[in-house]
Amino acid sequence: MEPSDHLFRREAGRMVATLTRIFGVHNLALAEDVVQDAFCRALEVWKFRGVPENPSAWLMATAKNRALDVVRRERTARTFAPELGRLLESEWTLVPVVEELFGATAIKDDQLRMMFSCCHPRLPEDAQVALVLHILCGFSVSEIASAFVSSHPAIEKRISRAKKVLAASKRLFDIVGDDDFSGRLPAVQRALYLLFNEGYHGASPESAVRAELCQEAMRLTGLLLDHPLAATPATHALAALMCLHAARSPARVDSAGQLMSLFDQDRSRWDLRLAAEGQRLLDLSATGTELTEYHIEAAIASVHATALHAEDTDWGKIVSLYNTLMAIRPSPVVALNRAIAIAQLEGPERGLEEIHAIAGSDRLAAYPFYFAALAELELRSGRQQAAHEHFQTALAIARNPMERQFLQRRVAACTNLVPQTR
Amino acid sequence: MSEFVYLYRGGEADRSPEAAQQIMQKWMTWLKDLGAKGHIKDQGQPLDRTGKLVKGKQKTVTDGPFAETKDVIGGYTLIEARDLDQAAELSKGCPIFEVDGSVEVRPVMKMSM
Repeated sequence: MEPSDHLFRREAGRMVATLTRIFGVHNLALAEDVVQDAFCRALEVWKFRGVPENPSAWLMATAKNRALDVVRRERTARTFAPELGRLLESEWTLVPVVEELFGATAIKDDQLRMMFSCCHPRLPEDAQVALVLHILCGFSVSEIASAFVSSHPAIEKRISRAKKVLAASKRLFDIVGDDDFSGRLPAVQRALYLLFNEGYHGASPESAVRAELCQEAMRLTGLLLDHPLAATPATHALAALMCLHAARSPARVDSAGQLMSLFDQDRSRWDLRLAAEGQRLLDLSATGTELTEYHIEAAIASVHATALHAEDTDWGKIVSLYNTLMAIRPSPVVALNRAIAIAQLEGPERGLEEIHAIAGSDRLAAYPFYFAALAELELRSGRQQAAHEHFQTALAIARNPMERQFLQRRVAACTNLVPQTR
Repeated sequence: MSEFVYLYRGGEADRSPEAAQQIMQKWMTWLKDLGAKGHIKDQGQPLDRTGKLVKGKQKTVTDGPFAETKDVIGGYTLIEARDLDQAAELSKGCPIFEVDGSVEVRPVMKMSM
């Protein structure tokens, strides 16, 4: 049989999480070696004999046996997970303990534990996201570098620093014990949100990589939803926003591979199943007293998802949601999106006013869609020349071929309208 | 048709899970394709890269590995081909070349000459 796509990558995260639980977080590198070894074995054997009936079970069994070997061989020289301590010392308890840790429920918890550990308060957010991708999603340094459009050495440095912090934390985050679960949860949600956004809005030219980042963020968010303490209203809202955005992704690129703006998308290509799932999750998020940015962003996505045509969009509702979002988590990008919504509701001149009033708009100087938005609104106000200039600026800072093509088309659209003055 | 053995050497490098899976799938495709064209007598076996070496009149036993990583034999396949040239040509599709390995092509000696 053919192995499923990304099988090794998926299993890598599960295996490292479980092995680290056994070996202790200070032995993360050892866990990674054991996983590497298991993949080498799988690769060698499977290429001759074919993939076994249940490849995941095969890999897990290989990792388990290697874990037992390592513990037996090194238990006098090394200390393993402190909380397992004595249980690993005696043969009587070693096998049953390791068996149990490789059970299905335990493996899920191990991934959660690792996720919480990666979102260590001493790590900057970008390092947390890189670490989650590396350890839990099995992305190599170069794969992360290409996804984030960053250099290999920069990502390597970020990850190795982050691993040091993780290893120095002595033990994994305790999801059932004394650790502050609800205190750490927002950091985990934020990291998954950033991971999803990197896939959805990021600059990586390869759409396959971007889709994978979104899928991984959704998979890990699913683990949070499965855990009673982690499945808070905010987690539901986060999952809802991911589903509602992902529902639109089939239409973001048309059949010719061209990037389509939300206004021009063929909405019949939206994924209705994902949209419905997003709606269901959004309904479930509407409990409790906490209103998070995920609630608002999911609500905005839901307004778009329920509009059959771009012109049916309830812009009044969207503007008011953006007002709330500006109140709880202001940022120049949120302000820009709010201005675009205002332009839809009250006309392009009002939109331009709002864009010019954005505080900290210098932080948008490298964001092509800031200039693209200015250009669209100038164009709608009948000032082709100004629109043309802004589109040119946007084009100059486009981050990948797809954005470049999109902006070239927009530049051309104004050129056709601009009277030939030269 | 004559028989040949492919001995796969080296080609073991650290790689990401995704890259490892891709290499594996390339191997499976390559072997399947050779089989479909009737060139495979026996798909062969992978060999563990460690083991023991028994040597000399004293029959001293030492633990492997026995060679540099790049020279360790990682497996073999029994091939049927018209002649040595064709067998060598057929080996060129092996994915091991993408990871710095080599294929040694050796004719199997026959009883009746």
